[in-house]
Amino acid sequence: MDIKYDRRSFIKTSTMSVGAAALPLTMVELAFAEPSDNFTFAYISDSHIQQIKGTQFVRNWDRGLIRAVAETNLLTPKPDFVIFGGDLAQMGSKPELDHGAELLSKLNGKVYHVMGEHDYYLDLGEYWSKLFGKQYYSFNHKGVHFVVLNSILTYDEWTFNRWPTNEQRMAEMAGLDNPNGSPFMVGDKQREWLKKDLAKVKKDTPIVVFSHSPLQKIYKGWNFWTEDAEQVQALLAPFDKVTVFYGHVHQIQYNQIGNIAFTSAMATAWPWPYPQSYAQAQQLLPKLTVQMNRADPFFERDATGWQFIDVNSGRASATFNLYNNTTRTVAFDSQAGHPKDQTYQDEDQRIAPQMHY
Amino acid sequence: MKIASVIACAALALGASAGASADEFTEEDLARWQEQFDGVVKEGRALWTDAKLGKNGVVCAQCHPNAANTHPETYPKFQKQLGKVANFWEMVNWCIRNPLEGDELAADDPKMTALLTYATWERRGVKLEPGKH
Repeated sequence: MDIKYDRRSFIKTSTMSVGAAALPLTMVELAFAEPSDNFTFAYISDSHIQQIKGTQFVRNWDRGLIRAVAETNLLTPKPDFVIFGGDLAQMGSKPELDHGAELLSKLNGKVYHVMGEHDYYLDLGEYWSKLFGKQYYSFNHKGVHFVVLNSILTYDEWTFNRWPTNEQRMAEMAGLDNPNGSPFMVGDKQREWLKKDLAKVKKDTPIVVFSHSPLQKIYKGWNFWTEDAEQVQALLAPFDKVTVFYGHVHQIQYNQIGNIAFTSAMATAWPWPYPQSYAQAQQLLPKLTVQMNRADPFFERDATGWQFIDVNSGRASATFNLYNNTTRTVAFDSQAGHPKDQTYQDEDQRIAPQMHY
Repeated sequence: MKIASVIACAALALGASAGASADEFTEEDLARWQEQFDGVVKEGRALWTDAKLGKNGVVCAQCHPNAANTHPETYPKFQKQLGKVANFWEMVNWCIRNPLEGDELAADDPKMTALLTYATWERRGVKLEPGKH
């Protein structure tokens, strides 16, 4: 680490001083040579707002998003922007997207949106785009080039020819373990766009990519997977510093492939098991990952949360706010050349609840 | 059936009591029992993804894809939040009441049997470890 960063102990102290509640969250000043180079953003993902009927929505999922929004608004100093990582809705309907957008409208500051499969497969993103704009795009912020991809597309035959109704298409893709689903992909058209977009960017410019699905292959059965991951990685390979953030998996994952550091987001709605917990699965969870605590269902918000990210010297440090568990920070370690958990990375530092089976 | 009849005849000839013996079964019996079991697994999978099992449209598979992280092989076990050693079906009912906001099932309700059968089938091959956390 080339920075002095003492957020963890600060949180611990502040949490102790206000008792059990984890509020308010405050960020510590980072000690740096050039503080102007550094900035933070918040990252909320996978809220799965689910309509019961009419104006009734599943309370549990609503509460997750409401809490993330409230806590994000308390960050000091304010994050430069907020990323919403996709799956705002559960079944992609207008009422769900509208209700989700209303809850997100309480956020202070600019919000960038990433498309999730639960937002997409009812009307192929039409209403989502009306609310939030383009499905893939890029922007520059303080010397970092940000790219947002719609990585949850799939084969045309599956999308356009297989299902008698849009509702059924959405329901088939909504089931994580549904064998009728189809692998996610970025697709030719968007990869062509990405190639052109990156052609304008200098190789030493830090790149941060947001996608909903992992731009790597972990477990195909639950679509912890992007079919053309290698092709997307190849487009990112010429750059010195690349960071990919993804949602979808509802758990902590991080990895390093070549020059690309990967970090996932927690969901605000509910946690997912690690694929290794499915006894019949073949899966490739990155060895680097120290897993989140096993969820305790008796705590409604356990194993859910949201993230805020420091970008320093073009590298990212992600702090996971885990509600009922201790906050965790996964930061790029320039000596090791990959992201590392700041507390639990060494085998002998791990705790029993991080063991999944 | 042929083999069973031959054995039954032999048993009669030896002066044993008439009728099929309890520990005899055929390939057909095995196939039928497997079919019955598979049918209940299928019913269980249907319930696992059934928005009508609870009352808010949430399904078991939303948090437990392929019934993962249910750990049927660890029950009965002590649940600190219940303050006692609990059975797997008690935790299934806990989920029906809470995340699914529904009405719990009787322990011997055929729906409960199907849910437990499906979750246990997905965990096949894993050794029994009652009490494990």
